[in-house]
Amino acid sequence: MPFVTSATLNKTYDVIVVGSGAAGGQSAYTLSMDGAKVLMLEAGRKYIPESETPMYQTPDQGPLSGASTPDKRFGFYDATVNGGWEVPGEPYVQTTHDPAGRFDWWRARMLGGRTNHWGRISLRNGPYDFKVHTRDGLGFDWPLSYTDLAPYYDKVEMLVGVYGSNDGLENTPDSAPGCLLPPPKPIVSDLLIVQRARRLGIPVIAGHRAVLTRQLDFNTSPARLHPGNPTAQKIIAADMQRRAACIWATPCGRGCSIRANYQSTTVHLPPALASGNLDIVTDAMVHEITLGKHGLASGVSFIDKTNGKECRAFARVVILAAGSCETARILLNSKTARFPSGLANSSGKVGRYLMDTVGSSLGGQIPLLESLPPLNEDGASESHVYTPWWLYGEQLAGKLGFARGYHIEFGGGKRMPGLGTLAGLEWLTGGSYGRKFKQDARRYYGSFVSFDGRGEMIPNKGSYCEIDPQVKDKWGIPVLRFHWKWSEHETRQAAHMQKTFEEIIEAMGGRVNGEVQTDGAKAIQAGGSIIHEVGGAIMGKNAKTSVTNRWGQTWDVKNVFLTDGAVFPSNADKNPTLTIMALAWRAADHILDLMRRKDL
Amino acid sequence: MMDRRTTIKWMLAASASMPLLEQRVAGVDASTALPPAQGYGTDPDLTKTYHPGDVWPLILSRAQRHTASALCDVIIPADSVSPSASAAGVVDFLAEWVSAPYPHQQKDRAIILDGLAWMDAEGVRRFGKEFAALKETEQHLICDDICSEQKATPAFAQAAKFFARYRDLTAGGYYSTAAGRKDLQYIGNVPLKSFEGPPLALLQKLGLSPEQMQRG
Repeated sequence: MPFVTSATLNKTYDVIVVGSGAAGGQSAYTLSMDGAKVLMLEAGRKYIPESETPMYQTPDQGPLSGASTPDKRFGFYDATVNGGWEVPGEPYVQTTHDPAGRFDWWRARMLGGRTNHWGRISLRNGPYDFKVHTRDGLGFDWPLSYTDLAPYYDKVEMLVGVYGSNDGLENTPDSAPGCLLPPPKPIVSDLLIVQRARRLGIPVIAGHRAVLTRQLDFNTSPARLHPGNPTAQKIIAADMQRRAACIWATPCGRGCSIRANYQSTTVHLPPALASGNLDIVTDAMVHEITLGKHGLASGVSFIDKTNGKECRAFARVVILAAGSCETARILLNSKTARFPSGLANSSGKVGRYLMDTVGSSLGGQIPLLESLPPLNEDGASESHVYTPWWLYGEQLAGKLGFARGYHIEFGGGKRMPGLGTLAGLEWLTGGSYGRKFKQDARRYYGSFVSFDGRGEMIPNKGSYCEIDPQVKDKWGIPVLRFHWKWSEHETRQAAHMQKTFEEIIEAMGGRVNGEVQTDGAKAIQAGGSIIHEVGGAIMGKNAKTSVTNRWGQTWDVKNVFLTDGAVFPSNADKNPTLTIMALAWRAADHILDLMRRKDL
Repeated sequence: MMDRRTTIKWMLAASASMPLLEQRVAGVDASTALPPAQGYGTDPDLTKTYHPGDVWPLILSRAQRHTASALCDVIIPADSVSPSASAAGVVDFLAEWVSAPYPHQQKDRAIILDGLAWMDAEGVRRFGKEFAALKETEQHLICDDICSEQKATPAFAQAAKFFARYRDLTAGGYYSTAAGRKDLQYIGNVPLKSFEGPPLALLQKLGLSPEQMQRG
């Protein structure tokens, strides 16, 4: 009985995992495949991608042709359930209306969390990214190095399935042989970008995304994933065969009913459930870690949302994987005589050093791409190619005026037409209507490219969350209040992105759509926009300046572990999900080891 | 609500050079006249097919639909390739849009309903008939004055803003349909065994090569 209720869960478990996204999914997978009895508590509802995913639906089949609305911020067909930057009944507090001081918090209240809709971009942090302070004197080093995490990156890539190529570029690590799936072929606009960006000295290489460009290697990988564990090997080999390869249609952001991309609900949870060692309770809103004997956690308190009742669950170990801010919130709300300012917060660092990714975008129109013949360019949805950060040397020499890098994601191609595809053409057509407009639409369709910069933010004292003294959510749980600040390292980086995008568009013979924003403060998107929030309970070498050690184990309470982005001491330009999974696997291995040695 | 005929009379009395916003009368401010409606919520069924009117009631009157239909067909008429906007169901889409209970759509509702009333008033003022009853050449004479926000004279600036929004919505509705996809020769959204990338002949014509990826 893997899906249980607050009334039917066991008296006690080895491990409670709070959250079911990338961190919770990976933690529960690793632990249950190795025999630990795991209870997963998810604040949202049960979600079944196989039957709920809108595969092939066209925009006109949804309300408003699929437009973004306050109910569905990323459009009608986005896989987010009961979520967005606002969640009904679950507010948070902003301290200012100034966009520069805002942090908007995206949540999804569903099994699998945000992994159901994410972009699937799966980049490894490089060696520099773990030793940032050593390299340029800013921010914090991680208490581990790339080589510590590399074997786990390999494992995660083999398990979830990531396409990409090994290009041997600086701070852009190669994977071990047999880890990556072949990248999809570039579309026309990709190849034009490759050609023209390279003339500017900007590299363009295969993208890395968690999409099965072919079936996983179920013959070889299981033994590499679970050495010495034939039961786990058998389960995962069978599950890998049940996942179909990509069928090159229907956007990944809707989720995938044939399990061809990574979402926790289609990749981590099915084998973990098949092990017989995982119980899941959905609609379980955890708000507090409870303390037992010897200063150890005894379990958690949660609200059963189906009946509003306060419930308890017990375990030897508690893992928070609720998403960086929610993890910080649970710690801060776990107040006792011993921890008057929140559990595991003797350092005062819980909630501190919140980071998002720096984002800035620009689009252009490319005459060379006009009036191309019919092409099916759906491909793997996005990012067949990308540009990793390339100016490490210039940056370290102080020539750029900002300390950290960014990568570039590209958009283009003859995508499924929708609401915005042929909107705002007046700058090209002079305002045509009638038969001329239809001809213009045919001419310009597929000739647009877009550039999204994704850059590193350096942690600062002005970006943090804390518990608001007054406001509570509809369950009576105190909510978070956010403070946000960008430094010039981020705003100058955003301005640099704009300049780079303009140069690439011009090198492609194109025209910029709209304005190139040279004022970085205007070019940068608001905090939380990119939905890569990490930090809030950073790991470190020292109990005075960090919340956890290098295993995500809190310094103050040794049976409480954090396996989500909260522990990141820095936020490289690389999208955080792959690193979250690698860290979670490593932490879970450590927990298993400690449990075997009776140290937990 | 002021009836339509009164609205048009009132607008006729107003100078054509008066900005559209100032011509607004309480009767066409639909944001106050809308019956209460709910959105589809944060957890709608994504797999079923929705039709305009399924989730919230449609507020366009028969007369407004008439004008809306005429104008969207001036923007996207039938040609040898594909049907007109109204034939592809765009009027229903527009009705759904301006009836929606969301802030963005409610803002558009004011722009669209005012704009449609202005089109009729302008038709009567210049040619003695409401927009839908005008000859194609007469319709074009009006649209030529407002089809470009860049080129519109100050007298038509407000109407040009409306037209730009209306054209975007008409195109958005049209190219979201099967007829629109066919017109653009979109051939995706079908399962493929493999993704082969663009044909070599096309790449050669563009001076591109898939081998570029190998050069690191």
